[in-house]
Amino acid sequence: MTQLALVIDLNVCVGCHACVTSCKEWNTSGWAGPLTDHRPYDKDPTGTFFNRVQTFEVGEFPKTETVHFPKSCLHCEEPPCVPVCPTGASYKRKDNGVVLVDYDKCIGCKYCSWACPYGMRELDEYQKVMKKCTLCIDRIANDALPEVERKPACVLACPTSARLFGDVHDPDSEVSMAIREQGGYQLMPEWGTKPANHYLPRRKTRIQIFEDELERADNPLRKEAPLPAAEGETLDDVSF
Amino acid sequence: MHPAFSVIFLTTLIGVGQGLFLALVTGQVYSLANLLQPQDSLSFYATGSSLSLLLLVVGLLASFFHLGHPERAWRSAACWRTSWLSREVIVLPLFMLLVAAYATVHYLGLTKPLFALQDVIEVDASLLLGILGAVAAFALYICTAMIYASIKFIEEWHSPLTVINFTLFGLASGFMLAAAFSAWKGVDLVGFYGAWAVVFTLMAAVSRGMSLQRNTHLVHKSTLQTAIGIRHKGIVQKAQGFMGGSFNTREFFHGASDSTLRLVYWFFLGMVFVFPVLLLGASYWLASPYLPVAAFAVQYLGLMAERWYFFAEARHPQNLYYQSMA
Repeated sequence: MTQLALVIDLNVCVGCHACVTSCKEWNTSGWAGPLTDHRPYDKDPTGTFFNRVQTFEVGEFPKTETVHFPKSCLHCEEPPCVPVCPTGASYKRKDNGVVLVDYDKCIGCKYCSWACPYGMRELDEYQKVMKKCTLCIDRIANDALPEVERKPACVLACPTSARLFGDVHDPDSEVSMAIREQGGYQLMPEWGTKPANHYLPRRKTRIQIFEDELERADNPLRKEAPLPAAEGETLDDVSF
Repeated sequence: MHPAFSVIFLTTLIGVGQGLFLALVTGQVYSLANLLQPQDSLSFYATGSSLSLLLLVVGLLASFFHLGHPERAWRSAACWRTSWLSREVIVLPLFMLLVAAYATVHYLGLTKPLFALQDVIEVDASLLLGILGAVAAFALYICTAMIYASIKFIEEWHSPLTVINFTLFGLASGFMLAAAFSAWKGVDLVGFYGAWAVVFTLMAAVSRGMSLQRNTHLVHKSTLQTAIGIRHKGIVQKAQGFMGGSFNTREFFHGASDSTLRLVYWFFLGMVFVFPVLLLGASYWLASPYLPVAAFAVQYLGLMAERWYFFAEARHPQNLYYQSMA
């Protein structure tokens, strides 16, 4: 079975919102659209989005880190939003695991949004139906597009390649390898929803330097002083 | 959670409607066992069950205001295998149909015994419909409450107490209305219904008290750390991804101040549990037909506040992602 998903690398994301705007652009004009806005150029603008980037500050100054956190439907393998839908408008596609809403069946009761612990579903205030990330189903399942373009709009737009897309059930896929090798994790694992989307954590590259490595006798950065010649050969003088 | 008035009206009104119908059927069964005076079919049972039906219809109408597309509401019966909401959508009209049939049978006076059990208990069509209706009424309490209790990560709701509370509140207010209705009609059942109303009100006070207690000591499973997967005690949200609010900030936050919340809390405790009981007690001494009516009115107002508080006290884990506007 295929389970398409995104893997989002928090180590790489710079919080530019390119994924947000390209998502909105593609999806408002495509199959899932329109994604309506309310007061877009007025006070308190609001509207429907599939994807948002939030920003968190971790730690206290000066030991702080800014984490940009892209947030969209996680296409759970056990989606709690699907069984609660009274009409069957919410469904998980059998062939690729994408969670979708049939806008023609949705009655706008909002129950599915209550049943999503992540708050990934948004009611369109004009169309009065529930909307959510489709993983750009009209791109990824569109054979008319060249294969390189059969990816979600957010993935294609990301300037830092922080977003990977693929089948998380295929152990050899790019996303599975990234999860496996770079510590990919799921959000709120405590609810057993098994989110298909994974996040890659912040990773620090540090060099380890011990005191004696800095104190080498012939360290060129050392403060000038008479060489301790009397001590005889240092380790660095030995050559083979 | 944001308390929606459509849902507050739906759950409280159908709760009363179910309770009133159960009260009428209880009265009928008691009179069958010669524990109570049999009442007039037309002026008591037919009118009473019509009142119950009216409450159910108004509740159902209120629920349509919750929907984005009420014209598609018929579709919501489709997923009864998995969705409690769908089950409610099936059981509510079924129950209404049984109440309507019960009212019609009493209205037309079709109460000739069909058969007798052990030559003692005479069973007529209204009794059969009444018992079927009672089963449906209890099934409806379960369906309505399970809509909330089945969402496991809204931990304030995910408890058997939710189902017990919904049932007891419905029974208390329904029997209270039956007492008020009897008093209004001058029927000698005020004491009987009033006593049961007080019993159910006190039982509801215990179970709601337990759920309030449970919710104040609730430690939520999800934290900001599990929500974004970063292991650090000091995480502060700097941006939500928008500035003017979204569905997420409107639907899942009640937006009321702490003092309003306290006010509603004490208001519903007094209006649901204390004043109706005092008013009923007073009516016992004063024999006034207005006091039971007032008792019901007070309790219904209190129940609306209780339902508002029920929504406001539920904290959805998605709120972890919306901690500060920027």
